[in-house]
Amino acid sequence: MKRRIILSLLMILAAAVCYPIFFLLAGSLMGDGELTEHLGAVLAGGEGLMTWSVLPLAPTLRHYVELLLDSPEFFQMFWNSIQMTVGILAGQLIFGVPAAWGFARYRFPFKKILFTLYIVLMMMPFQVTMLSSYLVLSGMDLMDTLWAVILPAVFSTFPVFIMYRFFCSVPHALIEAARVDGAGELAIFLHIGLPMGSPGIISAMVLGYLEYWNLIEQPMTFLKNKELWPLSLYLPNISMDRAGVSFAASVVTLIPALLVFLCGQDYLEQGIVAAALKE
Amino acid sequence: MDRKLAVTGLLFVLPSLAGVCIFVLLPFADVALRSFQSAVSRDWVGFENYRAIFETPAFRLAAKNTLGFTLACIPLLVAVSLLIGVFLQRQKAYGGILKSIFLMPMAIPVASVVLLWRCLFHENGLLNMLLSPAGVQPADYMNSGYAFWILVVSYLWKNLGYDIVLFMAGISGIPQTIYEAARVDGAGEWTCFWHITLPNLKPVLYTVTVLSLLNSFKVFRESYLVAGDYPHESMYLLQHLFNNWFREMDFDKLAAAAVLLVLVVFCLVSLLKRAWEYEE
Repeated sequence: MKRRIILSLLMILAAAVCYPIFFLLAGSLMGDGELTEHLGAVLAGGEGLMTWSVLPLAPTLRHYVELLLDSPEFFQMFWNSIQMTVGILAGQLIFGVPAAWGFARYRFPFKKILFTLYIVLMMMPFQVTMLSSYLVLSGMDLMDTLWAVILPAVFSTFPVFIMYRFFCSVPHALIEAARVDGAGELAIFLHIGLPMGSPGIISAMVLGYLEYWNLIEQPMTFLKNKELWPLSLYLPNISMDRAGVSFAASVVTLIPALLVFLCGQDYLEQGIVAAALKE
Repeated sequence: MDRKLAVTGLLFVLPSLAGVCIFVLLPFADVALRSFQSAVSRDWVGFENYRAIFETPAFRLAAKNTLGFTLACIPLLVAVSLLIGVFLQRQKAYGGILKSIFLMPMAIPVASVVLLWRCLFHENGLLNMLLSPAGVQPADYMNSGYAFWILVVSYLWKNLGYDIVLFMAGISGIPQTIYEAARVDGAGEWTCFWHITLPNLKPVLYTVTVLSLLNSFKVFRESYLVAGDYPHESMYLLQHLFNNWFREMDFDKLAAAAVLLVLVVFCLVSLLKRAWEYEE
């Protein structure tokens, strides 16, 4: 009995937690008339209280059509978001994976200090590096280009730390055996490290994707030209009188993140745990 | 051979390290230097910038709010997620699904929920609609002292799943035999929780606290997207202040504040680490 009560409480809480998704979905499928009726009170100059219904009375895909066919700026922002995210993740693969392997499998002078430095850097909020990134980016004349967002993020030390944790668990004997068989260090990295550490790499990528699809501070600080803005900055700027389009845009932005979440949930959890637990 | 391996290891790390130096370390050294200089002439001014920050009312307000926010939301998040984690661990049938649901907000882009926020907390919005039958006076939540608590709730919503996953991983690492032995000795649920679960989770508790702290800096996204550069003063955080200083090109203050923030974060992380290692 007690258990039942707890379970139902948890379920109610869970329903509240995922309600925003259903709210957005319902809103995006409502026609203009229905939205105005519901949101009239919240839109400028409205009177009375706003109303809402869980399901749209007359579901329509009009707003999606409007968004996808008549809003070229939406495509531009979507494309910007993709370029940023893919650019950052690709850079993290190129620079971060070897670094994680190096930290995990080799001994070299100052390794401990360097790795501690990586951990400390991973803890720093954006506001700490805001000015320093700006100085170096404007020194390189990269301000107001997508590179201004991509480059500093490529050298984020967080993915290195996650992948390090996974690379550490590759059995030592395996690597020694390969060395005895005459495999070169690069071959060991490519043929043993990468395949055996792939869950860690995927974990870092999933965590990274969810983070970078959601960038606010960096583009806001480094991109003055609104044509370069990612979706995450553009969405809140759709005015409320185009509420339907705004709902549809929110859903479209949500979909890629939700897909990555659903497909990569196991890796996501492994990544979260890897960052925290000592083995 | 050892030497050759050391060189190989360094070579693997080097590209990343070079990038970190160019994009983070060297420019930050420059910032640290600037924190002792005047922004315009770059003359040496000693601790003048640091003194100037502390005399700014906006800084005191933002520091107070940020501290208050951290003190309110971190214990709350840790306690709630621990509680839910303990229960979910025992739910065989629904545990997995519920965990996924609690984790889902992590994937929901902030920009997507801004719309909901606006509808929810508006003076004529959903929350007032829900509360009005109960006779609660409608309020403009985003422009009142409630704004602070909205931020706390939104932080909880976003980070609950993250911490639950950590706690559940920690709990599953506790050997079942300890519980069985305790139950044989007649220990009840509470005794088990206080004397087995909690002590065994101490190292996890440390990391959860630190990670929650780090994630707490990200609430700025929500508050910025919903309320802009100058939100209600109860949710004016250090992040807003940094942002406004940046826009107004107050680079000397910004530099000094960045140095201070580094020191604070560094101290917090190492203090917590020290505390837990001592306990172990």
